[in-house]
Amino acid sequence: MKTRAPAGSLIELSRAGLFRSGRWLVQGVDLTVAPGEIVTLIGPNGSGKSTTAKMALGIWSPTEGTASRRPGLKVGYVPQKLQVDWTLPLKVERLMRLTQKLSSAELRQALERTGAAHLLHAEVRNLSGGELQRVLMARAIARKPDLLVLDEPVQGVDFSGEIEIYEMITRLRDELGCGILMISHDLHMVMASTDQVICLNGHVCCRGTPVAVSQSASFRELFGRRAGLALYRHQHDHEHLPDGRVRHADGSIAESCAGEHCADHGHDPAHDHHHGHDHAHDHAHDHAHDHAHDQAPNHGHDHAAATGAERRGETTHA
Amino acid sequence: MLDDFFIRALLAGIGIALVAGPFGCFIVWRRMAYFGDTLSHAGLLGVALALALEINVMLAVFAVSGLLAVLLVLLSRRPSLSRDALLGLLAHSALAIGLVGLSFMAWVRVDLLALLFGDILAVTRMDLAMIYGGGVAVLAGLGWIWHRLFAATVSPELAAAEGANPDRMELVFVLLMAAVIAIAMKIVGVLLITALLIMPSAGARRLSGGPEQMALISSLLGCAAVIGGLYASRIWDTPSGPSIVVAALLIFLASLLPGLRISRAD
Repeated sequence: MKTRAPAGSLIELSRAGLFRSGRWLVQGVDLTVAPGEIVTLIGPNGSGKSTTAKMALGIWSPTEGTASRRPGLKVGYVPQKLQVDWTLPLKVERLMRLTQKLSSAELRQALERTGAAHLLHAEVRNLSGGELQRVLMARAIARKPDLLVLDEPVQGVDFSGEIEIYEMITRLRDELGCGILMISHDLHMVMASTDQVICLNGHVCCRGTPVAVSQSASFRELFGRRAGLALYRHQHDHEHLPDGRVRHADGSIAESCAGEHCADHGHDPAHDHHHGHDHAHDHAHDHAHDHAHDQAPNHGHDHAAATGAERRGETTHA
Repeated sequence: MLDDFFIRALLAGIGIALVAGPFGCFIVWRRMAYFGDTLSHAGLLGVALALALEINVMLAVFAVSGLLAVLLVLLSRRPSLSRDALLGLLAHSALAIGLVGLSFMAWVRVDLLALLFGDILAVTRMDLAMIYGGGVAVLAGLGWIWHRLFAATVSPELAAAEGANPDRMELVFVLLMAAVIAIAMKIVGVLLITALLIMPSAGARRLSGGPEQMALISSLLGCAAVIGGLYASRIWDTPSGPSIVVAALLIFLASLLPGLRISRAD
């Protein structure tokens, strides 16, 4: 199932697999990323996400199948982590120039784009997780890449920082028009902004739009209860108030909920109910909410909060 | 001027310190001190080989160390013995085989102490030419790969994704390192080369605000250690190689003193 014609794509894997140390790390992967498209690879640890990305980037060549890239493809890479040893004096300014020549103006502009301009003279090893991500993203986009590759971009970032970074990624795609290949084991947030999700577990276990994937049987089997949570968080990141208005959990954007979400919303009361119970058990201290739940079953999902943002939603409801 | 053995020793030492600075930085950043030790210990094997085959000692040391370096890099890419154990095994095997080999060559008089600890006061004009010629060559080589090697040092995945080829950079780097060891061996001996490589770099760390600056400061501190060590060895009649290393240690310790930090505010 390909979403675009390979002719226009930046990278393409066709039935690609890699055999290493006596076993298949991943097999039979079809993947294309077109300009302006966000493709997210998800899957548990060891499922072949990084291997797939490395084959797509040409770092490893596939044992079977083919990998092709558009000639002259310029890649901007945001690594999962960057541990800078104390022995290495490295300021943000120098890190920005790690693989490229940049004028001061270009450098500053890229940092401003990701909201990290104030970090220009900071030591890299003193940056917080979120700051480092912004700097690494600025470094990658300063290359003016055709393809931006992000490996676990929100690891070590707190929840609100996570939302900001995902919003930034979406914005960068819109502004730069580059294709984005993202690796994630984080299921709930990725879904909002991505065009195509490919779920890996040694092979492609399912693929499609975020909603389609989160509802597919194989995805649920793979992630078990976490899948339920992902679906839950994804669909109920906003709250339908009694007067018909929509309040988003993070409170940031007040646009009405997207059609896709609403279509799936409130469809399966038994299912939602089940979740409510699950979480009520997990969070047994929420007595008040159990009551509220009994009296207002249509909003059962608001109670299952595991995160700060959702807890806020809960409070307003109670 | 070059007729004075002491001046020749100073020039040789300064030449090596200038080269050792930037290399030492990469050795410190990449945590390869033990790797450097292994290569220099293997240098003794090179000396034995050179004497047996009657070839140039510096070239033989470079050949043996270089071969071992490439072998080690390739071996460490496969999951077998841990790199640490592999290095320990090879470092001391090479040293022992070298010593045993030398003992068989009864027909050559070998100054073992000079091999182990260096004999900088016996530097000839020819040695000086090799040091400066070779030094310029390896520095040019390092300069050529500098940016890509540095990117690979900061993040191998990032360098690979953006086309800097970190594996090839590593191979080129270890070969250059073998060359540095071949050049420096006569001056400080196989046991102390790594010290001369990493001590000035460690001392430069707190004084530096960026990698290029650290390489430069490292070279300068190395020169200071050579000059200080050689004069001290003349005054107190101590062995020259170890005296240089002791001077480097003192400079490193001095760099730790509070208030010396000159890098711009974080």
